[in-house]
Amino acid sequence: MSQPPQFTITTATNITTLCLSGRLDTKGVAAVWQRVTIAVGRAKSPTLIINLGEVDYMDMAGAAFISHLKNLDHNGTAKERSQVNGLKSAYTPLLVLAEKTDIKPAITNHLSPHSFVEQTGKNVADFLYDAKTFISFIGELIFAMVSSLKAPKNIRWGETFLMAERAGVDALPIVGLISFIVGLVMAFQAAIPMKMFGAELYVANLIGIATVRELGPLMTAIVLAGRSASAFAAEIGTMKINEEIDALTVMGMDPVKFLILPRVIALTMVTPLLTIFANLVGILGGAVVILSLGYPLVAYYNQVVNFVTWQDFTGGIIKCFVFGVLIAATGCIRGYQTQMGSSAVGQSTTRAVVSSIVLIAVFDGIFSIMYYYMGV
Amino acid sequence: MIRVENLVKKYGNIVALNNLNCRFEEEKITVILGGSGSGKSTLLRQMTGLERPDRGSVYFDGMDLISANKKNLYQKRKKMGMLFQGSALFNYLNIFENIAFPLREHTKIAENVIKTIVTMKLEMVGLRGTENLMPAQLSGGMTKRVGLARAIVMDPKIIFYDEPTSGLDPISTGVIDKLIKDLNTKLNITSVVVSHDIESCFRIADKIIILFYGDIIAEGTVDEIKNSEDLRVKQFINGEPEGPIPFTRTDKDYLDELLME
Repeated sequence: MSQPPQFTITTATNITTLCLSGRLDTKGVAAVWQRVTIAVGRAKSPTLIINLGEVDYMDMAGAAFISHLKNLDHNGTAKERSQVNGLKSAYTPLLVLAEKTDIKPAITNHLSPHSFVEQTGKNVADFLYDAKTFISFIGELIFAMVSSLKAPKNIRWGETFLMAERAGVDALPIVGLISFIVGLVMAFQAAIPMKMFGAELYVANLIGIATVRELGPLMTAIVLAGRSASAFAAEIGTMKINEEIDALTVMGMDPVKFLILPRVIALTMVTPLLTIFANLVGILGGAVVILSLGYPLVAYYNQVVNFVTWQDFTGGIIKCFVFGVLIAATGCIRGYQTQMGSSAVGQSTTRAVVSSIVLIAVFDGIFSIMYYYMGV
Repeated sequence: MIRVENLVKKYGNIVALNNLNCRFEEEKITVILGGSGSGKSTLLRQMTGLERPDRGSVYFDGMDLISANKKNLYQKRKKMGMLFQGSALFNYLNIFENIAFPLREHTKIAENVIKTIVTMKLEMVGLRGTENLMPAQLSGGMTKRVGLARAIVMDPKIIFYDEPTSGLDPISTGVIDKLIKDLNTKLNITSVVVSHDIESCFRIADKIIILFYGDIIAEGTVDEIKNSEDLRVKQFINGEPEGPIPFTRTDKDYLDELLME
């Protein structure tokens, strides 16, 4: 590898002489830029002589460097008093090109940072605009769903079932695993304090009610947000970038009916089913702990069945339909909003997952309040 | 066939189409020429109803596509074909299924008839035998031709071409030009071609419209355009870097930006 350029600085009565040698290319300049700038600045003499006799090679970076040194911190007088000596004639055009720059206030920072207020206002406006798109999209979607219910023949069932399989059947293992572990861990943590009161069998009540009302639907929804919302956003985003959605439209096919409706219907069907599965497996996870504490399975079963009502169960399942619509719609909207460019699909996938998890949390809260006032 | 009236489209502060009026004659090939950012693709997107303009009308077959309801718009679109810049083939379907797609969705034609139609269309674009390949296995010129086969599978009255020859080698360009010309003369299909390929434009066009930042600066036959006295038209068709159409800011500004800290 080539050596970085060498430099020597000598200062004598108001004249600083800087001798550079070696290769003044991008790499070399980067190596000495800071040190030379500091040294020249420290010399503080009004005249700078730059001796380039020993320079073997210079490119645009080198020329920029020399120009920078000449204009350095001399309050506009430097230019007349600085000299460049000994530059090989082959490199003079480069320096001339760099010299064309006059010293004037830099016009960098075109994007001056916004003030806090400005930025906050902008964020709020963006958020409201996003919310507006979201609401109008959901409206369009519900309209399409209702009108397709009038003519169920027009729904693309083949695609719908394919989506249901991919979002539902293929998600069984992960939903099962997470629900089982959550049920198990929760039962285990609850059993320790309960045991102090000799009430460890009531762990069954806790697991039953928590799983059926909250954790089953929530776990399923979050897994689906991670698995399916992202997949929908990526699929639709890629099609958007590839102009395939435009192609569909020009061929006279409505992308909402062709791409989005099958996904929304599929996920709306599949979420409650997956939740029932998650509920079962979660309660089973709790059973393992109770069994290990020495109770028979039938005791656990009776405890759960007698405590958890049909109302709890239905309440949980109804939530799931809403979660299903939300997750699928979010995935599709984010995919649809994909901009051009290679990082765009990644961004919309991320946005799909984040937005759907936020929406799940918000709607779960709304449901809790609703159920509380309804006395469910 | 298509009449564009007072069309205005803005993206934020940028005026992409500035009160445009033009006609696209039936059974003719009209080429919309223009540099990058001149609004030619935008015009195409308004004419196919992919985007809504801020103002104005697009009359297709006597119906205003802009004020038409969704059902009528989708009905009209069955008479349109479009070849996209990137071909826009469905990547998860093979060539046969890509071309058969509109037939299967819009008609109840029996499967063996579909097979015959697809084979015919592939033969027209010279790609018979590629039915079972996937789009990713074809070259750029070939995917364009498959895209064209898909565009004509419903026997449209009009085909829109979005930069059909950009990024193709000279021979593929020639092939596509010949196909556009053939479809026009043999099947009487009206063609609207958006392009910046001057040579291919002169080969195929019956009428040329030149756009410049959202305005029509010239309109006419190939000869009229070739003999135009308009400096902007001259610069564009001769491909000169210096002229009334600016390329970029001056070099000095650029260097300033590079070297200023």
